[in-house]
Amino acid sequence: MGALMVIFSLQTKQRRKTTDSVEDELELSTVRHRPEGLEQLEAQTRFSRKELQILYRGFKNECPSGVVNEETFKDIYSQFFPQGDASTYAHFLFNAFDTDHNGSVSFEDFVMGLSILLRGTVQEKLIWAFNLYDINKDGYISKEEMLDIMKAIYDMMGKCTYPVLKEETPRQHVEIFFQKMDKNKDGVVTIDEFIDSCQNDENIMRSMHLFENVL
Amino acid sequence: MAAGVAAWLPFARAAAIGWMPVANLPMPVAPTEKNKKQDELIVLNVSGRRFQTWKNTLDRYPDTLLGSSEKEFFYNEETKEYFFDRDPDVFRSVLNFYRTGKLHYPRYECILSYDEELAFFGIVPEIIGDCCYEEYKDRKRENAERLMDDQEDNKDSKLPNMTFRETMWRAFENPQTSTMALVFYYVTGFFIAVSVMTNVVETVPCGSVPNQKEVPCGERYTVAFFCMDTACVMIFTVEYLMRLFAAPNRYRFMRSVMSIIDVVAILPYYIGLVMTDNEDVSGAFVTLRVFRVFRIFKFSRHSQGLRILGYTLKSCASELGFLLFSLTMAIIIFATVMFYAEKGSSSSKFTSIPASFWYTIVTMTTLGYGDMVPKTIAGKIFGSICSLSGVLVIALPVPVIVSNFSRIYHQNQRADKRRAQKVQKARLARIRLTKTESSSAFLHSKRNGLFNEALELTQLPYKMSLSEQSSTKEEQHLGKSSSLLESQHHHLLHCLEKTTNHEFVDEQYYQQSYLEGGLQNYPQRSPSLSSQDGVTGTCCSRRNKKHNTPLRNASGPAHMQPLTHTQTHNRGLQELSTIHIQPLSTSRSSLNMRIDEPASLNCQSSQITTAIISIPTPPVTTPEGDAHLPTGPSHQNVVKVSAL
Repeated sequence: MGALMVIFSLQTKQRRKTTDSVEDELELSTVRHRPEGLEQLEAQTRFSRKELQILYRGFKNECPSGVVNEETFKDIYSQFFPQGDASTYAHFLFNAFDTDHNGSVSFEDFVMGLSILLRGTVQEKLIWAFNLYDINKDGYISKEEMLDIMKAIYDMMGKCTYPVLKEETPRQHVEIFFQKMDKNKDGVVTIDEFIDSCQNDENIMRSMHLFENVL
Repeated sequence: MAAGVAAWLPFARAAAIGWMPVANLPMPVAPTEKNKKQDELIVLNVSGRRFQTWKNTLDRYPDTLLGSSEKEFFYNEETKEYFFDRDPDVFRSVLNFYRTGKLHYPRYECILSYDEELAFFGIVPEIIGDCCYEEYKDRKRENAERLMDDQEDNKDSKLPNMTFRETMWRAFENPQTSTMALVFYYVTGFFIAVSVMTNVVETVPCGSVPNQKEVPCGERYTVAFFCMDTACVMIFTVEYLMRLFAAPNRYRFMRSVMSIIDVVAILPYYIGLVMTDNEDVSGAFVTLRVFRVFRIFKFSRHSQGLRILGYTLKSCASELGFLLFSLTMAIIIFATVMFYAEKGSSSSKFTSIPASFWYTIVTMTTLGYGDMVPKTIAGKIFGSICSLSGVLVIALPVPVIVSNFSRIYHQNQRADKRRAQKVQKARLARIRLTKTESSSAFLHSKRNGLFNEALELTQLPYKMSLSEQSSTKEEQHLGKSSSLLESQHHHLLHCLEKTTNHEFVDEQYYQQSYLEGGLQNYPQRSPSLSSQDGVTGTCCSRRNKKHNTPLRNASGPAHMQPLTHTQTHNRGLQELSTIHIQPLSTSRSSLNMRIDEPASLNCQSSQITTAIISIPTPPVTTPEGDAHLPTGPSHQNVVKVSAL
């Protein structure tokens, strides 16, 4: 009797498995993205043809299917920060790049983002950074959002730092940030306050030009 | 950092813009590409087969043949290609390594030829990817063992001074070594067979004396059998004593399975000798004779297959246990059911549940003696279900045991489990090592960084005095240690440090500083800072001079501006002091001692005297207290290097 039940359950499991695998296969074959043509991308971004070629080659190498999902993204980004945990920050970055919020970053998203970061005006870069910090995209950066971002950045440092990272270090950093940025002291930073304060800060202005020769 | 993700480095660097508004410190200058040419295709001709790749691909690994200038030796001027007279098939794997960052080991390739190719192209086999590393290691081990076996065979022929005892032991363990050993081997085998046959024939009924019933041979020819038995036991005893004498570790030998079997095989005889007189225990004595059958196990020394069988059974202990357990469960269930089903019928053989066990076992193993059969309808139904399920329950674990046996038979009979554990540990260790390597590479280059920048700077005034040649040579010498990719990666990490105002350190240093808690005094760099007295000599001496900002001589004064609010001291305090950038290792002393190597080489190559402008910070009570400063953004000592 017990044997009968065993046989029965085995059969049902098998059947379920085959339907799953068929669905899986279907799913895989549809996730294959081809980007728009070179001319269109050239028009939409500020990269030259050659640069787009180099970018695409690297992109396709790492993601043959043409889109990056969040897991792969986190994986790739973590490889640059071996000492810490880059997954939280990668998550925020992913959301910043995934402008249409469909859960995957295609080559167009990737190149648009890079175009702003590497070839955009300082204003555009600051807007991009604001969007990165504004996690819920409501137009304001609250202290909680900033704290999340700050913790994510500090996580990337990992454990072995000098001086030793304390619990309240991110929080204090957020305080400093808000003191600098929040002009009317209402507890949130709007985009205008952000851009204003950044434009008044020499360090920030200078660092915005730091990566222009990348690529 | 794998080369595969090298393509994503521009992206990671661009994304670093996200940190900029948050950072309170100025960022280091990005490394520039000295000669930014267009990427070109390189043709590699390997024994006629042409491979083409980008130059950048090959440059990813500057310490291999293809990535360094060593390949210029193979450049063919007429055909404008690089010609290598090597195996093109293996070269595929080598080139794929550059392309994807992962080195694979093709299974059909001979291990030695693969190793040679790797050595030729300057690639360390340790970086073989996880997927192929096990295979590679296995083949290497097999090869090493094969070589060792060959050596042993040669060694056997000439034995330098082995003691008599060792010779005997080797003769016992390995009958092929000498003729005597072979003779001994066959003789013992023969006597084991004789002894076993004797035991068997003893019980056969021989012809009978007419007026008596049939008697077994043993009782008819008692004396003959007794003599044979005695002879065999003599041989066995002598053999056992000789083995005991020759064994290198007697205690271990006595505990081994084979010796226990030997003892059990000969004991009954001796006990029988002792107890012959006493009639009462003769019954027990007869039972003891059963143990004589253990002599047959002595054959396992003579048969490899038997040993493997025993080893298989031992290694499948868990499967066997599962089989037993499931069988027991099924037996109990079915016996109970049958008992209650047959309770009603008269003259039923199923008198109790234990009595039904016998029926269940016979049915489940499909023996079906027929001495117990169910008579009621319910009993018959359950009986048939029992036999059907019996087939299943037994058929399931048996193939596992069978496959285990064949696997062990075809492989070496080493302790597989022990090897797997070691392999797993080694694999985890390798993964951990690559991770720490990349992080330590950054720390390492950080220390170099100050020196490198100083060197670059001083080349300006020195370029007059030094010849062109030597300065570029030095530059190349420094540049050789890290590719552009690495320096960009390190710049990225440096930016992160600046953003968070904390630094990466290695494990050792972290442990130390963590343990020492609020450490007040840092080891300075050996250079002593001759500070002006008005300034808190204390705070300056305490600040660790590890921070190296990029040299921006022109923008020097600009750096002072951000320090608007730090002040208890006279701000304009800039101290000029000369510092010898000596082997950085001495300054770190014992704390960061993990990484030595090229760093020290570079340092010792020349001593540079540079000037350092340092700006004191307000007194900080605790070393980690960057964020504790009540006044605005904290600023570390901004150490700049400028030429004197």
